[in-house]
Amino acid sequence: MSLSNIINIAGTGMNAQSIRLNTTASNLANAQSVSSSEEDTYRARKPIFQVLQQAGIDRDWSDVDLDHDVGQGVNVLAIVEKQDPLDIRYDPTHPFADEQGYVYYPNVNVVEEMADMISAQRSFTVNVEVFNTAKTMLQKTLTMGQ
Amino acid sequence: MAALGFNNSLGIHDNALLVRAQRSEVLANNLANADTPGFKARDIDFKAILRGEVQRTQNLEMDRTRANHIPGKSGGETELFYRNPYQPSIDGNTVDSNVENAEFTTNAMSYNASFDFLNRKFKGLTNAIKGQ
Repeated sequence: MSLSNIINIAGTGMNAQSIRLNTTASNLANAQSVSSSEEDTYRARKPIFQVLQQAGIDRDWSDVDLDHDVGQGVNVLAIVEKQDPLDIRYDPTHPFADEQGYVYYPNVNVVEEMADMISAQRSFTVNVEVFNTAKTMLQKTLTMGQ
Repeated sequence: MAALGFNNSLGIHDNALLVRAQRSEVLANNLANADTPGFKARDIDFKAILRGEVQRTQNLEMDRTRANHIPGKSGGETELFYRNPYQPSIDGNTVDSNVENAEFTTNAMSYNASFDFLNRKFKGLTNAIKGQ
């Protein structure tokens, strides 16, 4: 039934936004995590969102009838690391400096992360409102004929 | 006079309620995908469906006198349309959260209205059965 489906859709939305908030928290917490080599340095993590179709994520796209199929919410396809260049600083006295005296800082952009955090929070709130509205509609339907 | 039956007495409201529920599902999906790159916002044309339903209830549907006639488009078939964005974004997403939110709330109110109409029909039937 479509009304209980809405609750599921809002649930996938809330889940996706909380994963996004989780990556933002991880990125901000590790914004100053230094390391002495390029490979070991933390890189900013970003979730990739994708539309969830009726039969689940394994379904072939050719089966989907876009004229009549409603999507079933949002799916977090993967969490990828940002490939922007790292912040490399020359600081020979630093305990983590390599032979040339360089220290590697993560490519976390704090301003971008803050904007992402606010966006995730807003989208989460919208999904909570959808959930509440669907709940009220469903409860009201149950009182039919009374 | 047509016999009093549930199908005749409920009018269009039971169908309207179903379409409202379906539309809120489409709009909820738009809102859930507000941050999905490349997602295109969808919507149901409620007016067109309503017109189809009215025609169907008034028996204006096309008759098929031969088996190989193509059937006329029946009402109740829901077709999804793509919304034209006011402010297209660079990632190809066409969900405008404010528009979708407004539509979702309006639709929920219309759902409540349809529900009340339907509920009153039921109450009327109950009164008729009781003979009060």
